[in-house]
Amino acid sequence: MQRRQFLQLGASAAALPLAGISGRLFAAPVTSPRFLLVFLRGGYDCANMLVPYTSDFYYASRPNIAIARPAAAANAGALAPDAAASTASALALDSDWALAPALRDSIGPMFRNKEVAFVPFAGTDDLSRSHFETQDNIERGRPTAGKQDFSSGFMARLSSTLTGKAPAIAFTDALPLTFHGAGDIPNISLRAVGKPAFDERQSALLTSMYEGHHLQGAVSDGLQLRQHVAKEFEQEMNAANRGAINARGFAIEAQRIGKLMREQYRLGFVDIGGWDTHVNEGGAQGTLANNLDNLGRGLAALAQELGNEWKNTVVVVVSEFGRTFRENGNRGTDHGHGSVYWVLGGGIDGGRIAGEQVKVQASTLLQNRDFPVLNNYRGLLAGLYTRLWGLSSAQLETIFPGAQGVDLRMV
Amino acid sequence: MLAAWALVVAAAAPAPAGAVEGALSRDDALWLERVTYGLDSTTVQRFRELGRRRFLDEQLSARNDKLPADIQAQIDALEIEHTPVANLVVEEIAEQKRINGLGDDEMKKDARKARNELGRKFAYQATRRELLRAIYSPDQLKEQMVWFWLNHFSVFAQKGYVKFLAGDYVDRAIRPYALGHFRDLVLATLKHPAMLQYLDNAQNGANRINENYARELMELHTLGVDAGYSQKDVQELAHILTGVGIDTNHEPPRVGPRRENLVLREGLFEFNPNRHDFDDHVLLGQTIRGGGFDEVERAVDLLVKQPQCARFVSRKLAMFFVADDPPASLVDAMARTFQHSDGDIAAVLRTLFDSKEFEASLGKKFKDPMHYVVSSVRLAYDGKPVANLRPVVNWLDGQSEALFGHLTPDGYALTENAWASSGQMSRRFEIARAIGSGNAGLFSSEDGVKSSVTGFPKLSTRLYFDGIEPYLSKTTLAALDQATSPQEWNAFLLASPEFNYR
Repeated sequence: MQRRQFLQLGASAAALPLAGISGRLFAAPVTSPRFLLVFLRGGYDCANMLVPYTSDFYYASRPNIAIARPAAAANAGALAPDAAASTASALALDSDWALAPALRDSIGPMFRNKEVAFVPFAGTDDLSRSHFETQDNIERGRPTAGKQDFSSGFMARLSSTLTGKAPAIAFTDALPLTFHGAGDIPNISLRAVGKPAFDERQSALLTSMYEGHHLQGAVSDGLQLRQHVAKEFEQEMNAANRGAINARGFAIEAQRIGKLMREQYRLGFVDIGGWDTHVNEGGAQGTLANNLDNLGRGLAALAQELGNEWKNTVVVVVSEFGRTFRENGNRGTDHGHGSVYWVLGGGIDGGRIAGEQVKVQASTLLQNRDFPVLNNYRGLLAGLYTRLWGLSSAQLETIFPGAQGVDLRMV
Repeated sequence: MLAAWALVVAAAAPAPAGAVEGALSRDDALWLERVTYGLDSTTVQRFRELGRRRFLDEQLSARNDKLPADIQAQIDALEIEHTPVANLVVEEIAEQKRINGLGDDEMKKDARKARNELGRKFAYQATRRELLRAIYSPDQLKEQMVWFWLNHFSVFAQKGYVKFLAGDYVDRAIRPYALGHFRDLVLATLKHPAMLQYLDNAQNGANRINENYARELMELHTLGVDAGYSQKDVQELAHILTGVGIDTNHEPPRVGPRRENLVLREGLFEFNPNRHDFDDHVLLGQTIRGGGFDEVERAVDLLVKQPQCARFVSRKLAMFFVADDPPASLVDAMARTFQHSDGDIAAVLRTLFDSKEFEASLGKKFKDPMHYVVSSVRLAYDGKPVANLRPVVNWLDGQSEALFGHLTPDGYALTENAWASSGQMSRRFEIARAIGSGNAGLFSSEDGVKSSVTGFPKLSTRLYFDGIEPYLSKTTLAALDQATSPQEWNAFLLASPEFNYR
């Protein structure tokens, strides 16, 4: 396996052993790459993020919400710096695709540094176009056809496969389906952090009530993690008034995620909602642009916080589906199929649009409605995981049963 | 040490007049926990008077919704009780239009902020009213069902002007039918402007199809996702639903004489034939002849008569009241009742409560945050009227289960694994501490309402010994014994495994 110095570079980060009841939560980190899955819930409109700017069909299909062609698109080569960097037009990434202007300052520079790649026509073969069905389908990571198994998610199976090598955590209020089924994966939202409510004696008594109960692990992990996070961010809380933190929205949360992943965790999950733009989606500016701006700044903040460890980190951004290629009657878009996934990391071979592609035109739409899926997420992630951790085919079969790994040579 | 303290308090608490002495049996206590939002003395007293059978009859008939006078007075004083909702929405639309026309960005920002605050106020009042009813109404089963249906037909207050409509939505579309017929619920929510705005059907017209509501009507409201319908069915239903929208002009649409009688207007709801697709459509293999609003009603009839609908709704009810993965035998029985009774919700619930599966599940259903917070307040204040609901609202927000607060139309999950992760357990314990440590501001004035009473959470009372202690485990009792203050004892009780299940 060519893992591009990933493991070699992954010198073990400072271990922070914590006297916990079980000790399992804060096991000393091991030399392993990091993987963070970012789930955009609601089905984000990928065609207004990665703009097929050479497609006249795109502009014909979106009279009100299309994003204007790059300022000097006509003769721009790949990655030509936009002469007239404007907030109104897309930023050309190659001869077919351009980046939404809302991401120009955050993701644009990372793309030029080859720290970002996009995989268009990505997604699942679930065609229900239902948010909930499709999200669950992806989080489970099992074949769509055949008998359904709801007992576990693919991140949980990945975590079990990497036992001991890659401590996992969900940065969410609730444990996401994808982490169900691997025993107790801890979860804590980092949107807000504060002082813990209980001291050690109280924590011990609370935990004692759950002895032998199936929630014992959750209770004990939760109390410990809460104490730990409060300690980790004590300085941040104290420094807030001195302007140490000026990030807003997802950026502040992503920065905290970066800190915990740098020091302890190797598998992470976070989700962001608000992408279901049926009405007044906007174009270069507006609802979707604001969401993208928030996301882009967050990912940039995450990279910055990880510092040297950013090169040992891979972030994949997914969403349950893309949206209708044509705008609807309300200047929005409805549920579609193929999406554009993002792959980010300090050590990836990015700066390109990867995977199978077709020309964007009416005849290539699925059911004359939305993008087809040419790059199944199970194959993409299986290929990526193989490179990251050198997994055997038997291990891959456990994580993504029946999937064929597709190697996009990202790492 | 503290156990002794607790006993002293209990001994000092006088038994209510006419009360039957002694603790409830473990089974009765758990049964009552499940049928209600949790015990308070009034509920225990009524249960002792009636016994299980008649108590259930009374709860299913839901004719006893008289609130304590203080609470009713609080509700009566709310602005939301006296403001016609249509005016609010018309004003909101006019204001937003005016704001969009403002030249100055700062002025725009300030004006939008003021409108948002006003909207938040109305949404908050709707929440406050619902919580007061959940905590204090004698119709405890009905209150749970109101929450259940509000969650099933979920709307999100922060979308557009839904915030102004939330209270009206519960009162007119949900509450009257909470124990009635399922079809009436579907039609009432279908016609309500909150749903029409939230799932965009207000924008669905013959030449500008928006299939958002059509999809969720089948997937989330009636049939369930794996019920065998297709994308084509969704599109057909979207066409059937064209013209079902909102009228904010106070002007009837101008319709030719042939279709004039098809115009339908009730409050903000409007069926506008000019926006309707009059073609025939094939839904679930059946032809739905083009027509006026009756076409929509026929489509709804078709949906709710599907066996998949009976199963889907029955299973969800069983998930709420019995188990995360309810036994198929129970769901089958409930679905049969649903079909025989034309979707009579009270009848379906009776099948559920009479089942051996229900009996076997007592004490094993994890409380979602709403059940947790409401049962905590009922136990801690036992009918004493609180004046300020902000802390209660914050406890729900803090556990991510705010009323009218679910962004997507699937509503909140009904299963334990959605609420009992490590992060959620520690959060819940913090809320247990907040509830148990003091009155948390529940008795200070809100919107000028002065409370005549003050309070401290008293958990170790006769109610506790009669209704809670019978099902506490030895380990929980041992931890309670080691509490060093009443506040800590309260927090431990509310954090105990037994109190977190119903």
